[in-house]
Amino acid sequence: MRLRFRRRKIKREPIGIYIVLGLIALVMILPLYLLVINAFKPLEELFLFPPRYYVMNPTTTNFTDLLVATNAAWIPFSRYLFNSVFITVVVVTAHVVVACMCAYPLAKSRAPGVKLIFNFVVASLMFSPLVTNIPRYLIVNSLGMIDTYWALILPGIAGSMGVFLMKQFLEQVPTSLIEAARIDGSSEWNLFWKLIMPLSRPAWATLTIFAWLSSWNDEWSPLVFTRSEAMKTLPLAIHTMFSGSNIIARAGASAAASLLQTAPTIMIFLFLQKRVISTMAHAGIK
Amino acid sequence: MAQVTQVGARVASKPSFKARFQESVRYAKQWRSHYVFMAPFITLFTIFTIIPVLSSIYLSFTYFNVLQPPKWIGWSNYALLFLEDDIFLIALKNTLVFAIITGPVSFFMQFALAWLINSLKYRTGYTLAFYAPSITSGLVMSNIWKILFSSDMYGYLNYFLTRIGAITQPVLWLQDVDTMMPIVILVSLWMSMGAGFLSFLAGLQNMNEELYEAGRMDGIRNRLQEVWYITLPMMKPQLLFGAVMAVVRALEVSSVAISLTGLPSPLYATHTIMTHLQDYAFIRFEMGYASAISVVLFVMMFSLSRFFMRVLSTKDEY
Repeated sequence: MRLRFRRRKIKREPIGIYIVLGLIALVMILPLYLLVINAFKPLEELFLFPPRYYVMNPTTTNFTDLLVATNAAWIPFSRYLFNSVFITVVVVTAHVVVACMCAYPLAKSRAPGVKLIFNFVVASLMFSPLVTNIPRYLIVNSLGMIDTYWALILPGIAGSMGVFLMKQFLEQVPTSLIEAARIDGSSEWNLFWKLIMPLSRPAWATLTIFAWLSSWNDEWSPLVFTRSEAMKTLPLAIHTMFSGSNIIARAGASAAASLLQTAPTIMIFLFLQKRVISTMAHAGIK
Repeated sequence: MAQVTQVGARVASKPSFKARFQESVRYAKQWRSHYVFMAPFITLFTIFTIIPVLSSIYLSFTYFNVLQPPKWIGWSNYALLFLEDDIFLIALKNTLVFAIITGPVSFFMQFALAWLINSLKYRTGYTLAFYAPSITSGLVMSNIWKILFSSDMYGYLNYFLTRIGAITQPVLWLQDVDTMMPIVILVSLWMSMGAGFLSFLAGLQNMNEELYEAGRMDGIRNRLQEVWYITLPMMKPQLLFGAVMAVVRALEVSSVAISLTGLPSPLYATHTIMTHLQDYAFIRFEMGYASAISVVLFVMMFSLSRFFMRVLSTKDEY
């Protein structure tokens, strides 16, 4: 073990950068830190002003309060959780696959019309979603998808930022590598799954984070596209449960709920960031 | 005379429309499978994005209050916007001030921090810390910044400044016309480690290490030269993505301004195009007018992005 370590080129770790970045990081991570400690604050500490950045008497009553509050609801809380997990997993998987499949020709194909499509994709990023919401609702309505999972899944897959991101990364896959695979008789479908996708792992791991964030935290679509209580998702359920006067009465449970809602995102983020490592796309050509 | 023959030669060498069309058809046939690859996304994209965008452009030429069917009024919304709406001109000015500062600064900050983090061995914790403001909701954010800039003596900044004797009475940070915009800019910069930052990190991971060695042999002395001559040119695709996202975020500023200073803000000091749009869309329900605002915003963003696409184009480099 020691031998292997020595044989590698030993790079000195830049201690100065660690310290400077660490100080900036302290300021940046404040909201996350507050989120965690607020969940363990007893009620009287939550209402302190100015708020303290530490807990004097940590407690778990907030979590039991949350359990009591959710048990009183007439739809079991597990239903919201299932809706959220199901919708997010389907949307993220489908979006990443569909966006990568679309980005590959956009980056590497000479088929006519590709450039026009790419311009449309980029342009659509710049149109404020606030005004397109009403036409989008009318479309979802006319397709008869209101109050179904389709309404929460299909529009989520159509986000254009993912295609833009993937197209930019796939441009960097060496064209000579793709052509070599074609000469070896690989079909486009095989080439895409066996060459393009493994090589672009840092890109789609990053895209997965973006897709997860926007889908998991989406309160707007379930609010507008669904009517029945059983179709609500976790963020919307939490929002309605703790808005208005409940924000005071159940402040502790609300803080616990926000932590629990953010926890999966952080875990996914850490899991995927570890996978954003070099794939040696360039090692194949000499 | 020489010029004329040159022009004539160029015209002759340019393929006719028919020839180009036939070539396109040939390419289209050859790359049939690529259209199949794009089909799923294009279908959903057309239904849920393109059609709504086109409908909003149509709505911008109408009077539409959401309850009654839209009524065609031609260019009136645009005429009103530029000729009579004084508040819009204030919003335009504020947005430009905000964008000129936060756009470039956030772009360079994102790249610099991604580059620094990339040189570390233990980078995941740092990445999470810098991305944290984008993960947590706006509620937690306003909790921190509103208390820091609170206008009474309990606000941390006021407390600190009176303690060291810099001020004798509390400053109304979030109501004072002079301090509102700088605070909104500051908080936005704090929140700006977003999509661009993560894509830069992923791009840096994808760099070809051999290029650095080759560069060292060709006489590159220090890290800065390395960044300028190797990293930046190789990262053009990611830089373009980051630049376009920075343009969109800088010109679409609204939620930070609204949560810190309210809608409408005192004396419209932090009124931006986006808050103007929200005002008309969700308070006054004049959707036609709001659509016209969004079309103007779209034109601004698109022309700016075209510029970046030209500068950072990577035609046939790989």
